[in-house]
Amino acid sequence: MSPIVSVTNLSKIYANGYHALKDVSLDIAQGEILALLGPNGAGKTTLISIICGLVNASEGSVTVGGHDIVSDYRVTRSLIGLVPQELTLGHFETVWNTLGFSRGLFGKKPDPAYLEQLLKDLSLWAKKDSEIMSLSGGMKRRVLIGKALSHQPSVLFLDEPTAGVDVELRKEMWMLVRRLRESGVTIILTTHYIEEAEEIADRVGIIDQGRLILVDDKQALMHKLGKKEMIVELEEPVSGVPEALTAWSLALSEDGCRLIYTYDPRQQRTGIPDLLKAIGGAGLALKDFKTTQSSLEDIFVNLVKGK
Amino acid sequence: MINTCAVRVIYKYEMLRAWETLLQSFASPVISTSLYFVVFGSAIGGRIDQVEGVSYGSFIVPGLMMLALLTQSISNAAFGIFFPKFTGTIYEVMSAPVSFFEILLGYVGAAATKSLIIGLIILATAGFFVPLDIAHPVWMTAFLILTCVSFSLFGFIIGLWAEDFEKLQLIPLLVITPLVFLGGSFYSVSMLPPAWQTVTLFNPVVYLISGFRWSFFEVSDVSVGLSLAIVLMFLTTCLMVVWWMFRTGYRLRQ
Repeated sequence: MSPIVSVTNLSKIYANGYHALKDVSLDIAQGEILALLGPNGAGKTTLISIICGLVNASEGSVTVGGHDIVSDYRVTRSLIGLVPQELTLGHFETVWNTLGFSRGLFGKKPDPAYLEQLLKDLSLWAKKDSEIMSLSGGMKRRVLIGKALSHQPSVLFLDEPTAGVDVELRKEMWMLVRRLRESGVTIILTTHYIEEAEEIADRVGIIDQGRLILVDDKQALMHKLGKKEMIVELEEPVSGVPEALTAWSLALSEDGCRLIYTYDPRQQRTGIPDLLKAIGGAGLALKDFKTTQSSLEDIFVNLVKGK
Repeated sequence: MINTCAVRVIYKYEMLRAWETLLQSFASPVISTSLYFVVFGSAIGGRIDQVEGVSYGSFIVPGLMMLALLTQSISNAAFGIFFPKFTGTIYEVMSAPVSFFEILLGYVGAAATKSLIIGLIILATAGFFVPLDIAHPVWMTAFLILTCVSFSLFGFIIGLWAEDFEKLQLIPLLVITPLVFLGGSFYSVSMLPPAWQTVTLFNPVVYLISGFRWSFFEVSDVSVGLSLAIVLMFLTTCLMVVWWMFRTGYRLRQ
């Protein structure tokens, strides 16, 4: 199936000479949730701003639904909904009016029944006649999502959707994103919260200093780049790793009570049974042991550090 | 195909903004123009003979209308586009499937409509102070609409160009107000010394006021054809500048 969004060799150099994007290519499949991870200033917002028509690209091309974003901007923009990072709303408007305005801007005739359902889905129906300035930050964030969805887009861009929101609201957002995906909407979100990508994304793209370092299926990425650790807790502390165990390159915790073995879970022979035997053979009494999988955060840090 | 829904919502939004600030939008220019009539028309005008065969009170009506139309058209349109730029809400318009022409129709159309309403209210107000006979109502309407549209376009350009509130006020205060006051709002150009008559002909507002005044009293400082040509030329120039701004993304798309 052809991608819903296709980015080819995209570069952006701002007027001040800042090279925000460097030769980025990316295909996004219909119905997936793609999380773009990267530190501040990595180029995430520039990338989605170009796709949405807010920033002109210096080089490269983008298609949405098979249409070029420059020559066929009417088609591509009508397919896209954008939730910006900042809470940019007219403070004196009512929730109902601002959604109607957004829908009209995208060339859609008024549809009160749809907007009513949308506001109910966003738990904003009771606030439909309230002025935006009277709403809480979380509600304003939901109004922005409502505005972006008011014209029933196929692709939704969420730029840092949970920046500065509390844990409860963040979880609500994640549920909303999952519901939207179930309804067939493709979702691209930028975030620097690793847990967010880990929680809801199907694929993860990592951007750093304007370059797309990698894009991969979240599970595959964790499988490919994720390391596992086995932590062996000892009954008695040791002053150093016994010579008999040097073959496993173990690390010793500061208190000398834990031996840490890092291994690649993809290998057929992890060496764990032999290690456990060798620990016993070295005269060490084993109290407990556990294994842990690297998180996306570990992978991200390693990738950015090792670039 | 034109995105009529978008034009309609932008236009409606802008008109609603004027309605919600009714006192500032409509009452304020009418009150200040009425004060001009009281001071210049009645208090001072009573001591001035007729100008070009027209009583002074009536003579200043077209100039006063132009003064209000120009300043209101510019400030309405400039603020209309500057404010969403300032607050960041412009992102929605810029990411919507709308052309620059549709954005113009919405914002400039609303600003011009507001100015037109103000102009007509001032005209009605003037009728309470001085006798008014409009010799060429069709031409008067044409000049009125052309002025509202072209100066709303000019205001739109200022709103796009301005990066802060100071710049937003800069051109209306330092350029437009002096040009209108020195453009024959309160006097005929023929009343000036010959040297100043020549200088004043470089002021484009002279042509606007002259043409507009001609439509009222059939008296003008320059030929009505020239007035019309200057207004149309100004309109075309503004359109071209706005087109360039949208094409290049000047101050809109980085």
